[in-house]
Amino acid sequence: MFETFRAKAQAVSAEVHRAPAGAQALDLVLAVLGREGVGDAPGERAVWCGGPILGSLLDRDALVRRFPGLSFEVTRERAAESRVGITEFEWGLAATGTIAQDATDPRLRLASMLPEVHVALFPTSRLLPDLDALLERVDPTRARYLACVTGPSRTADIERVLTIGVHGPKKLVIIAVDGEFGAA
Amino acid sequence: MATTDLKARVNDALENGSLAGALGRFNEAYVASRARAYEGIDFEALRDQLVGLKGRAAAHLDELAEQFEEKATQAGATVFRTSDPAEVKQYLARLCKENGVKRIAKSKSMATEEMHLNAFLAEQGIEVAETDLGEWIVQLAGQRPSHMVMPAIHMSKEQVAGIFSREVKEELAADIPALVAVARRELRQKFLGADMGITGANVAVAETGTLVVVTNEGNARLVSTLPRIQVAVVGVEKLVERFADVGPILKALPRSATGQLLTSYVSMFTGPSPGADGQPKELHVILLDHRRTHMARDPRFAQALRCIRCASCVNVCPVYRLLGGHVFGGVYTGGIGAILATWFEAIKSSKDIQSLCIQCGACIPVCPTRIDIPEMIVELRRRLAKEEGHPFIQKAALRMVNDRRIFHGLLRAASKAQKPFAKKGMIRHLPFFFSGMTEHRSLPAIADVPFRDRFEGIAQPAGAKDKAAFYAGCLVDFAYPGIGESVVKVLNAAGVEVTFPQAQTCCGAPARYAGAFDVAARNAKDNITALEDPEVRWVVSACPTCTVALRHEFAATLEAEGHADWAERAEAMASKVRDFSSLVKELADAGRLTVEAAKGLEAVTYHDSCHLKRKLHAHEPPRQLLGAAGFELKEMKDSDSCCGMGGSYSLKFPEISAPILARKLENIRATGAETVAMDCPGCMLQIGGGLDLAGSTARTRHVADLIADKVRPARPAGGK
Ligand code: SF4
Ligand code: SF4
Repeated sequence: MFETFRAKAQAVSAEVHRAPAGAQALDLVLAVLGREGVGDAPGERAVWCGGPILGSLLDRDALVRRFPGLSFEVTRERAAESRVGITEFEWGLAATGTIAQDATDPRLRLASMLPEVHVALFPTSRLLPDLDALLERVDPTRARYLACVTGPSRTADIERVLTIGVHGPKKLVIIAVDGEFGAA
Repeated sequence: MATTDLKARVNDALENGSLAGALGRFNEAYVASRARAYEGIDFEALRDQLVGLKGRAAAHLDELAEQFEEKATQAGATVFRTSDPAEVKQYLARLCKENGVKRIAKSKSMATEEMHLNAFLAEQGIEVAETDLGEWIVQLAGQRPSHMVMPAIHMSKEQVAGIFSREVKEELAADIPALVAVARRELRQKFLGADMGITGANVAVAETGTLVVVTNEGNARLVSTLPRIQVAVVGVEKLVERFADVGPILKALPRSATGQLLTSYVSMFTGPSPGADGQPKELHVILLDHRRTHMARDPRFAQALRCIRCASCVNVCPVYRLLGGHVFGGVYTGGIGAILATWFEAIKSSKDIQSLCIQCGACIPVCPTRIDIPEMIVELRRRLAKEEGHPFIQKAALRMVNDRRIFHGLLRAASKAQKPFAKKGMIRHLPFFFSGMTEHRSLPAIADVPFRDRFEGIAQPAGAKDKAAFYAGCLVDFAYPGIGESVVKVLNAAGVEVTFPQAQTCCGAPARYAGAFDVAARNAKDNITALEDPEVRWVVSACPTCTVALRHEFAATLEAEGHADWAERAEAMASKVRDFSSLVKELADAGRLTVEAAKGLEAVTYHDSCHLKRKLHAHEPPRQLLGAAGFELKEMKDSDSCCGMGGSYSLKFPEISAPILARKLENIRATGAETVAMDCPGCMLQIGGGLDLAGSTARTRHVADLIADKVRPARPAGGK
């Protein structure tokens, strides 16, 4: 199922990684921060919404020292100035290469929509076959802002030419993390 | 006849070469990407699901709206339900005033376009920014969307660059990524600066009070997150009963709309979520009825409420691809737009739009919710005709077909009058009757001796096992009597005795498609009287349009005109009606006839007539017969795309018919085949006339003519 997920997500221009455990996932995230040149200037910053996957592994102070401009305080101003946003998702949907989360907490939406690069982690163990399976599992009266993301933001509104990154992120980096994590 | 204003708009659109180019390329790319997206999916099963769930919802709009209101209110939303678009405007004006709203960021809500909300809010001094890129482009251009999914599809990148340059006051190049970057930069400020965000919804779930919004750009996510007040304006037809119903809709919508498996973003909100600052925020859901429940009560139009606005019907429509959505469409574009305009705007406003439908049915097989647009358009024409009557010229023409004796008398007279003009069986100029028809194609000469007179001379086999009544239809009878002779020959070879009831007359299709149901009903009755014969096993026709009339439309027409007893007789006859190729295939399969393959035959290409393919679903039989007869079949591109005939459509809109025909001729030319086989004399008239006028050496032939001398009675020996 994961290979289907990977193929479908790549087909819609997402970058897909799989990490055997949280530690390797963390390395992958840090590599993206480095690669994207995160620094302390508007437009170069990063916002990070901690969650159950990496939460316990994060030495926040050390990370901020390493990447000045990185913040774990996600506000709309911060997010709007950031190049990278990091969030944790709850599910993957293999059939369409989709990741899904309960985004009732607005910080999740800010960090995943405003920056140009969105890094999304999700537990491989919660990979579902498709959207129908997700709809069966989710109670929308609890998950009040359910968000499904399939690839980066795109448009074909000018002459039908596909262009990536119109309002939301231009890059979507998905890291599927093996192992068991507490509920989000 | 069409109004001169409509004619002018049609001509403008046709002269806009870039429009036709862009839409033509789109149409072809769309068909391929849609097919890929549906790979591995049982489309018919998905349609069953969608027809079921959307149909159920449409039948209970009020209850579902009530349930939605209750659930969404429980979840903390404020729900406002109204039938009146004016009340939506007042509600929003008040809300803006109370909350000091100066700027609004909007993501797509088609319902708001029904009431021209943006213009109204602008009058209140409120700045409204559409944030869907295509919508923003048309907003800046002061236009309206020309497509339900791709609002600015009619514009070139140069035009967009011009519009953006004016907006940002710098000279921008026509470079698409750069233009998109400008939109990102400009609209980002609109998102961040807006006090209120307005979205629409693709689905509204009654059971949970959830709204589902899909976008590719992500604008609905920003619109529903950043501003401090969130509003959704939603038509009640978006309601479904259950949360699980979202699944099938989202399986079909992206695939049908853009050939995607899923859109980049799907957001489902149930009540308000905290604002960007973490504080509680308001969510107002405005459920708009605006005559949708009226529509739901109308048995002929309720199906339109199943529409999920995927626009696949538009994407495959030959008229849309020529004219675009500003001419062929209202707030909602294409054929479905004509229907919706009838209800959401007024029957009269849809009059021009609906008249543009050529009735080809290309939209029927792609609609994920199985909506029959051409059928509703005919019903619309019927109602318009009832309300306003037919224009004079049309009425005179219809009166002519109304009475068989007058009609046939005229055709005989025309046969004499045309003499000096006929050359090689084709007419390039006509003195009367058909004049005006010959600009883009030649016409077949009217036969000296119609089939009805020739039939007398064809001896019928004695002691035949079965009898079939041949229904010729006007074109075979008076223009192509040879086809009739071939039909008789083939059936005789199968040991079938053929009868030709002389009292048969026009099948009524021209009248019906023009909305003149009274005339069509009279035609139907005359034909039923003529063809009803308990001894006859089949009623066979070599014209698919006539076959469809006899088999599917007589009963519906008579029913609609309130003649239930006649409708019953029509039904009884309908079960006997066959198109020529299907019947012959049936006879061959039953071992009553052998088609013998001849050697060294020419290559043929086959044109699927709209009615045969999409109403009678006879795609294979003619091909199998041609193959059995030894013809090499060279398939043309889009063999089932309309030839532009559409009965009297080619008279009413020759300027639209001509380019549709031109495309067909090009596809024929590309095969290199010199013979174009088909089952429809109407298509023969159109395509044959087009080939003749273009000086092509290729010729059209009816399948009956092509196989007539290759059939033998099956020999009982061998037991097969
Ligand atoms: S029947 Fe043909 S012309 Fe009419 S709306 Fe459908 S596709 Fe368009
Ligand atoms: S009528 Fe059918 S094909 Fe056309 S937009 Fe509606 S659902 Fe789609």
